[in-house]
Amino acid sequence: MISFILARVLQSFVVMLCVAAISFSLFTYVGDPIANLVGIQSSDEKREELRESLGLNDAVPVQFARFVSRAVRMEFGISYQQKRKVSSIIAERLPATLELSILSALLALGIGIPAGIYTALHRESWFSHLVLSGSLIGVSLPTFLIGILLIFVFSVQFHLLPSFGRGEVVQLGFWSTGLLTESGLKALIMPAITLALFQMTLIMRLVRSEMLEVLRTDYIKFARARGLSNRTVHFGYALMNTLVPVITITGLQLGSIIAFAIITETVFQWPGVGLMFIQAINEVDIPVMSTYLLLIASFFVIINLTVDLLYYFVDPRLRVGRDVKT
Amino acid sequence: MAKPPLLEVKNLRVEFPTRHGTLVAIDDLSLHIDPGEVLGVVGESGAGKSLTGAAIIGLLEPPGRIAGGEILFGGRRIDKLPDAEMRRIRGRHIGAIFQDPLTSLNPLHTVGRQITDTIAAHLPLTPRQARARALELLGEVGIPAAAERIDHYPHQFSGGMRQRVVIALALCADPKLIIADEPTTALDVSIQAQIIVLLKRLCSQHGSAIMLITHDMGVIAETADRVAVMYAGRIGEVGPVSEIIHKARLPYTIGLMGSIPSIGEEVERLVQIDGSMPRLNETPPGCRYHPRCPNAFERCRTERPDLMPAGPSRVACWLYDSPAEAPAARPIPAAARATGGHRARGAAAAATLIEAKGLKQYFDVSPPLLTRILERTGRRIVRAVDGLDISIAHGETFGLVGESGCGKSTVARTVVGLFDATAGTIDYDGVSLSTREERARNRSVQQKMQMIFQDPQASLNPRWRVFDIVAESIPEARRTKAGGFKERVGELLRQVGMSPLDGDKYPHEFSGGQRQRISIARALGGEPEFLVCDEPTSALDVSVQAQILNLMVDLQRNLGLTYLFISHDLAVVHHISTKVGVMYLGRIVEWAETRRLFTRPLHPYTRMLLDAVPDISKTGTQRAQVEGEVPSPIDPPGGCHFHPRCPFANARCRGESPENIMVEGTSVACHAVQEGRLPAWKTG
Repeated sequence: MISFILARVLQSFVVMLCVAAISFSLFTYVGDPIANLVGIQSSDEKREELRESLGLNDAVPVQFARFVSRAVRMEFGISYQQKRKVSSIIAERLPATLELSILSALLALGIGIPAGIYTALHRESWFSHLVLSGSLIGVSLPTFLIGILLIFVFSVQFHLLPSFGRGEVVQLGFWSTGLLTESGLKALIMPAITLALFQMTLIMRLVRSEMLEVLRTDYIKFARARGLSNRTVHFGYALMNTLVPVITITGLQLGSIIAFAIITETVFQWPGVGLMFIQAINEVDIPVMSTYLLLIASFFVIINLTVDLLYYFVDPRLRVGRDVKT
Repeated sequence: MAKPPLLEVKNLRVEFPTRHGTLVAIDDLSLHIDPGEVLGVVGESGAGKSLTGAAIIGLLEPPGRIAGGEILFGGRRIDKLPDAEMRRIRGRHIGAIFQDPLTSLNPLHTVGRQITDTIAAHLPLTPRQARARALELLGEVGIPAAAERIDHYPHQFSGGMRQRVVIALALCADPKLIIADEPTTALDVSIQAQIIVLLKRLCSQHGSAIMLITHDMGVIAETADRVAVMYAGRIGEVGPVSEIIHKARLPYTIGLMGSIPSIGEEVERLVQIDGSMPRLNETPPGCRYHPRCPNAFERCRTERPDLMPAGPSRVACWLYDSPAEAPAARPIPAAARATGGHRARGAAAAATLIEAKGLKQYFDVSPPLLTRILERTGRRIVRAVDGLDISIAHGETFGLVGESGCGKSTVARTVVGLFDATAGTIDYDGVSLSTREERARNRSVQQKMQMIFQDPQASLNPRWRVFDIVAESIPEARRTKAGGFKERVGELLRQVGMSPLDGDKYPHEFSGGQRQRISIARALGGEPEFLVCDEPTSALDVSVQAQILNLMVDLQRNLGLTYLFISHDLAVVHHISTKVGVMYLGRIVEWAETRRLFTRPLHPYTRMLLDAVPDISKTGTQRAQVEGEVPSPIDPPGGCHFHPRCPFANARCRGESPENIMVEGTSVACHAVQEGRLPAWKTG
């Protein structure tokens, strides 16, 4: 058990180091950081002096080591454009993205899994067919189009929901939340649905096909032959086995919900890190870009780690070693 | 027959509606099982045996459905019961056991929970009582340290132990009838024997009847009281087991019995039933067996026979209709097996063709380096083949038998050069082919060895035409001679009993037996001298197996082939081989001429296998119990690998690995034999 976790954590470190290297190389290879810091008028001596004081003349490995050690201490430098600490910009923006992503993930799981189970158990019912054909829309329509359609119907036509922004937020310490005000909640509805729709249909189809697969296995047949109730067979036996592979995929999907939030945040002008990243690209704000890269990578790594551990708890074949003695 | 039957099936009809019309899988089938009786249901695949079982417990897979007839259990009609009521019968009154113990248990729950779930569904017991009963059951099916094992997960049990758990599950509410669908087919011979004995003992203790569905006549011979023989969705013959085995009346049963190799007799060729069972959409009119039947006459082609009495049995065959209808001109058929010592083949001392010495094949299955460091474990090496000597003479058939995991398939692959041997030498006709370089240098010699695999479905490319599959094996050099090329492929197909016209079809258009013929034709393309056959008939039905075995015997005679024949089936190896080697955990523990090995086995393991194998010659005999299972080749026991299961093991066996010694023409690796500690083998 310990060795399994240790191995996974070590692997995560390697992944994070690689991402850090890419992130670091942005500084070195995308434009000259000095040119972004000083005015056009500055003399060459002044530039050289600044270069020296920032340590840009040191060997690349030394600079990389310094970059990593700063990143560990949550120091990501100063934004070129906003002239503020990147860490505080992110801290300000992150709650918006996390609230949106987590709500979307809950929506996707909360509707996707039950719908998947239902359509697998009642394969021939008209409702299953309806849900399945409906899910095709979710898979095939691009996210931005769904967002724009929602805005058109509910904001432009019926004036029910705000078309952009987070509404009123309440500051709880460092965390700003939109969940406590009516306008904040209203503003959350459409972006959350937009972001969740694709994942929801994906999870539903995955659960359905896995469950159909499991329902065909011998141990389900044997369980029925022993006269176990449908509830035990479906939920005690089939569902657990369905979830084993589903957990992996779902974990990866949650990571991509956070990453995909870029598009949704752009469409709804949602003041989260995704929108911040798009703006940073427009303005070639390298510190912000590289920090965003590190942030998303660390989300993926953490989620993956969690998924692996979950897997470990759900599946006894990983947890309990094979017994050699007979 | 004072008591009413426990189960009665009347005129059962099972249909599968498809787009191309309705397929009738079971047609007008009637049978009954008395309380406490063991009814064997035999037949080849596609006969409808499993479907009959599934129909009785109401678990037909949709779209399959019962379209007619009735099923009565204890006088109560159960085929039309609503699902909720049927569920109370399943498990409580009718239990079921399926073929594969590896997949029959839910991998995510402990075996204890699976048993208590089932008990809770049927019996009014508290959780504590249910657990006590589960413990008791696990002990009853012979699981050691049940109190500890009850909280283990299925993957922690070996195959044989898992099948014991499955039996415990089927018995946990004391059902009056157990439907056992191929309960031992996925198991090794020695474990198969344990499970059959266990099942029989438990059912007689609990007074349960068994419907034993199997394709294995050997199992039926030992276990069943009565036997029903199924063919193409109908029962062809039903009667007491000794009648069916020794005095079969239905031409199909006679052919089937003749096509089963037995370790009790030596025959040159097996009885061959040509063709194969009709597919559901092309069942012939009249008697469904008439196109393959040697005794068919006019009436068989038009009128369908129903079961009619014939001696103590009942037979669905017009031969047994009123004597006026079946004149003496149609003699009642009898089992005709051409007897005669086939061991004469290649008996003359021929030169050695292939010789392997000190052959070792290790596989590294270590966990990743990081895990090894963190868990302080070393490398894990599977010693699949661990110091094996084998020598095969021209024209000989060397049979290699052993249980799964003993390394016999690895031997096959290493000998033909699919694996690079870890150590040891392989000489073919004086040419060394031990390393990859040597094989590359001697391509033309290498091509004289070909291989036939177990599963003809998986070993033929489904997107290629048969012509291309066979043609591919013809070496480049001969392929350029444009003219004769096509004829050569046609000739190869003819050699294996197929038509050159079959070359235009794809593998899926053929039955299993025909596909195996195609793989043999492919192996013959390079004009080989030496064929390595890895379980070539294990995936086939017995009547088809007989066709393939006969074909192999004919090819050997006509082309002067030498075979290395690998199988887990002792009877098949006994039938086809001139010499037999018995493998255990990577080593040949004993080899000798076939007759010698089977009549005077020396090694305790060989004796154990011979004791365990179910065979049609052993009807109703009691067998010695065999203990234990094959250990893992990763960490084989020290000294003699067999010592933990050996009744004759002593300190020397535990510490010192025995060398092969020659004892009266048998090569055997056993300290007990060497020291004369072994009792004589019972004869007869």
